[in-house]
Amino acid sequence: MKRIYVNEEWCLGCHLCEYNCAFANSGISDMAKALKGKPIFPRIHVEGDERITYAVSCRHCTDPICVKSCIAGAISKQDGVVKIDKDKCVGCLTCVLVCPYGALAPGENGTMQKCELCTQNSCGEPACVKGCPNRAIVFEER
Amino acid sequence: MANYVIIGNGVAAVGCIEGIREKDTEGKITVISEESHKVYCRPLISYYLEGKTDLKRMEYRAESFYNDMGCEVIYNVTADKIDENAKTVTLSDGNTVSYDKLCVAAGSSPFIPPFEGLDTVEKKFSFLTLDDALAIEKAADKSSRALIIGAGLIGLKCAEGLHGKVAEITVCDLADRVLSSILDNDCAKIVETHLKNNGINLKLSDSAVKFDRNTAFMKSGDKIEFDLLVLAVGVRANSGLVKDAGGEVNRGIIINTRMETSLESVYAAGDCTEGEDVSCGEKRVLALLPNAYMQGHCAGLNMSGGNEVFDKAIPMNSIGFFGLHIMTAGSYYDESKGGTLYEEKGDGTIKRLYTKDGLLTGFILIGNTERAGIYTSLIREKTPLSSVNFELLQKISSTAAFSQENRRKKFGGVV
Repeated sequence: MKRIYVNEEWCLGCHLCEYNCAFANSGISDMAKALKGKPIFPRIHVEGDERITYAVSCRHCTDPICVKSCIAGAISKQDGVVKIDKDKCVGCLTCVLVCPYGALAPGENGTMQKCELCTQNSCGEPACVKGCPNRAIVFEER
Repeated sequence: MANYVIIGNGVAAVGCIEGIREKDTEGKITVISEESHKVYCRPLISYYLEGKTDLKRMEYRAESFYNDMGCEVIYNVTADKIDENAKTVTLSDGNTVSYDKLCVAAGSSPFIPPFEGLDTVEKKFSFLTLDDALAIEKAADKSSRALIIGAGLIGLKCAEGLHGKVAEITVCDLADRVLSSILDNDCAKIVETHLKNNGINLKLSDSAVKFDRNTAFMKSGDKIEFDLLVLAVGVRANSGLVKDAGGEVNRGIIINTRMETSLESVYAAGDCTEGEDVSCGEKRVLALLPNAYMQGHCAGLNMSGGNEVFDKAIPMNSIGFFGLHIMTAGSYYDESKGGTLYEEKGDGTIKRLYTKDGLLTGFILIGNTERAGIYTSLIREKTPLSSVNFELLQKISSTAAFSQENRRKKFGGVV
């Protein structure tokens, strides 16, 4: 299946992916209205140090430990995509405790959110990939 | 056609069912359920009391789960006896079921000390099952004074669940601190302050010795008046079935990394077991949901002809009270135990990383718990710290501390 991969040599550290992610998942059609002056809760984040940067989002693992560990039965894998049912999530953060990639974080209301490859919003394809100015994030089969 | 029997209907049983069905879609699966409910999220009973979830949302699997998995569930019965030679389980309703492969996922039971006068207390509860939570919900009202015996994970989660539903909550414990199984004094202080600020009365180094109806007589000589009593002193693994059948049992049912017990064709998973804690190399009862699922899953795969091991079990907890998050994992080797402690303290936050022999063996994080899983995986995978930038990792849990090649595998390949 197609997943998101990063080429850290090409990442500029511009954080645009974070803004595009937050916008795509805001449900608001005007980017300024969705993001301006507000704290953002993207499902991808740029990490690194002064030498290298790269974007981290859910790896949609073959054997996802978050699915096995969720105490609320809120995380499942459907057609290869690891998804979270926000209605069931109680915000206990057990998924944060176990994810080896640090790919989950709470959203604005305290329940967890994670990259679902933009399958749950109207973007159609991952917004982080579409908006990356240097093709440092790609969506492909590997 | 293979004939599988699972004793228990909790999360370990689900792991077992799903494991079996990955390899065998035909075999017969029978689940013995003491409770009358379909599998639900046990750790969510405090969130249910609190009103953060409801009976529908706290179901662990979809409505059609047992049907989809081709399982028969026998509700409201307990397994009374395992006959290893005959390969049968005798049930409390008198029936006998036979098996080719058996998984004991019988969970644990509350331990209730023999308090004098406990029989005179009208409203007394444990806090382990959904029925316990439903009974407490029914008994509690805005004027109730709740007394909880035990300031461990169960007692404190119960206190949080009851908060706002009752007039007063007091939690007592013989230990000198809260969460004594996972926190030391310094760390526990932070949590205690936070609990007190949220209106929970704590009575530590003290516990009830005697009850007379609505009065608890404390070890210190104090008296506490209450309307409802929750006994959360501790739990014990339900290992009796395997012990009585001649199997090896210590504090839990002894399992190997394939989830096999010492009895032929009998596996075990979840809170009733004692398996290896890889953070210290010793056998421990690790009664926590993720391990229950993973053990059950491994058992199921092996019962259906697989050859799997689960050898990454460690104690780990993510628990929050009134918005303060606490994460702990592994074993705490400080200087007195031949290890090294790295510590950062802030205003109401703490980070402790314990290392020994070039490995991260445990951590305590209070307040800031971002990306804690990076630390957890170092413990579970026994990653040599010489292969990562541990100086950076101490300050921030980031994959930037890994080598570029390692990161290329993580973020540039299928994992």
